[in-house]
Amino acid sequence: MNWLSYKRLGLAATKGFLEELGMPRLVLQVKNLSVTRNGDEILKDLTFEVREGEVLVILGPNGAGKTTLLRALLGLLPYQGEISWSTKDISYLPPQELLQRRDIPLSIEEFFKIKQVSSETILKMFKSVGLDSSLLERRFGALSTGQFQRMIIAWALVDDPAVLLFDEPTSGIDVGGQETLYSLLHKFWKDRNLTILLVTHDLNIVWEHANTVLCLNKKKLCSGTPKEVLTPEHLEELYGTGIKLYTHNHE
Amino acid sequence: MMNYMQIIYSLIMGAFIGGLAGYIGSLMVTKRMALVGGAFGHLTLPGVALALVYGFDVSLGALLFLSIGIVSIWLLEQKTKLPMEALTAVVMPSSLAVAFLFIPEDKKAQALIGDISQISLTAAAITGVLCLITFFSLKKIFSELIFTSISEDLAKVQGIDVGKNNFIFLACIAITVALGVRVVGSLLTAALVAITASASRNLSKNLFQYSYGGMILGSLASILGILVFMFTSIPAGPSIIITSTLIFLASLIFKRH
Repeated sequence: MNWLSYKRLGLAATKGFLEELGMPRLVLQVKNLSVTRNGDEILKDLTFEVREGEVLVILGPNGAGKTTLLRALLGLLPYQGEISWSTKDISYLPPQELLQRRDIPLSIEEFFKIKQVSSETILKMFKSVGLDSSLLERRFGALSTGQFQRMIIAWALVDDPAVLLFDEPTSGIDVGGQETLYSLLHKFWKDRNLTILLVTHDLNIVWEHANTVLCLNKKKLCSGTPKEVLTPEHLEELYGTGIKLYTHNHE
Repeated sequence: MMNYMQIIYSLIMGAFIGGLAGYIGSLMVTKRMALVGGAFGHLTLPGVALALVYGFDVSLGALLFLSIGIVSIWLLEQKTKLPMEALTAVVMPSSLAVAFLFIPEDKKAQALIGDISQISLTAAAITGVLCLITFFSLKKIFSELIFTSISEDLAKVQGIDVGKNNFIFLACIAITVALGVRVVGSLLTAALVAITASASRNLSKNLFQYSYGGMILGSLASILGILVFMFTSIPAGPSIIITSTLIFLASLIFKRH
């Protein structure tokens, strides 16, 4: 064996060793990911990894390429570099304002049936997000904003995915609604050992729910735990001047 | 005057085509493509004219010219990068104008508003089989197509082959229009797919009721329209469309949402 083989063997052994020590297994590995559209570079040379059960928050200003990153990870865009998933059970929620809700003749039950799950599973899921089963008969566009949010979370998780990619809605949600959304997600994350990749603008969410933060503005600016990353310097670099830092101390 | 058997054949043909148009119309209305039915109808006119001049099947001529029209629009789009809608507006009237160069005076009405007084058993049978094949092809991808109109990204992540589905959908629209021009002519195909589907939309709560409601109302409008044609001097095409419009107006009274 040459030196490289020894090195590979050593790395593999270390990885296996880490997993045996209780380090969660890798779910996603991204290496040198770049996305260009019409000659414009939207993402540049991004490298990061996500482990099982992790909540990775992708933070960045408008136009930073956050949604593009999620779409590239889902294979919805052409890209350069390497994206490797260790699972196929991936669920995706695009920003809610991008979902066509009006004029869709689908009932909620028919919307769930696209996922080929049994009526029992749907009912159980409806219960766990606190929705009444009578809503299953409603038309897709006939739910209130609050009901719609609960329903869409239920839909995303009804077939028990291992990973959820969630692009936060940026409009049409009040503070109460957002609270519900995240407390629901938190509950499922805890109960099901879900891995979550979340795009958000809200720093509070990062403090409360994230294990890891990835700061993005076309390229990776910083990554680490919220405490490591959310420093005045990093935030200024990410958003420009004028961001006030509010530290949360949960301990 | 139509004989007894021809009445039966035309009713069967009308019921099949009207039903299929109502069913596919429910999808087209949801995907905001109702006017595509009209544009496609106009593209068929040269084919219909040729069929009437040389005595071959009207739907065959229609399908042939429809395919030429769609491919031309697609090629022009690739070449010019002009919006699809603008190119349709270029190709569609050109196709209508060309048809008028050689369409005989006494065949104009038949080409524009349809004629089902001379239906053979073979034509009725082939139409029925084609309608069934088109229906089952659509039925298979129906909920996927509706789901795709909520979010294309979401559909792709669900493993739905959006490109393939759209191609099948477009082919089904082309077949429906090609069959429809025999009954309602080149001018009225938009109405055939849009009106009864819209009426069904007013009355339905879910996709199942909507799509099959469109089918039932579409068949009903065609049958009633043909019966009106037999007892009055109103041509079958306009008579079917007027019946559809009356059904639509009635649906407004019972609107569920």
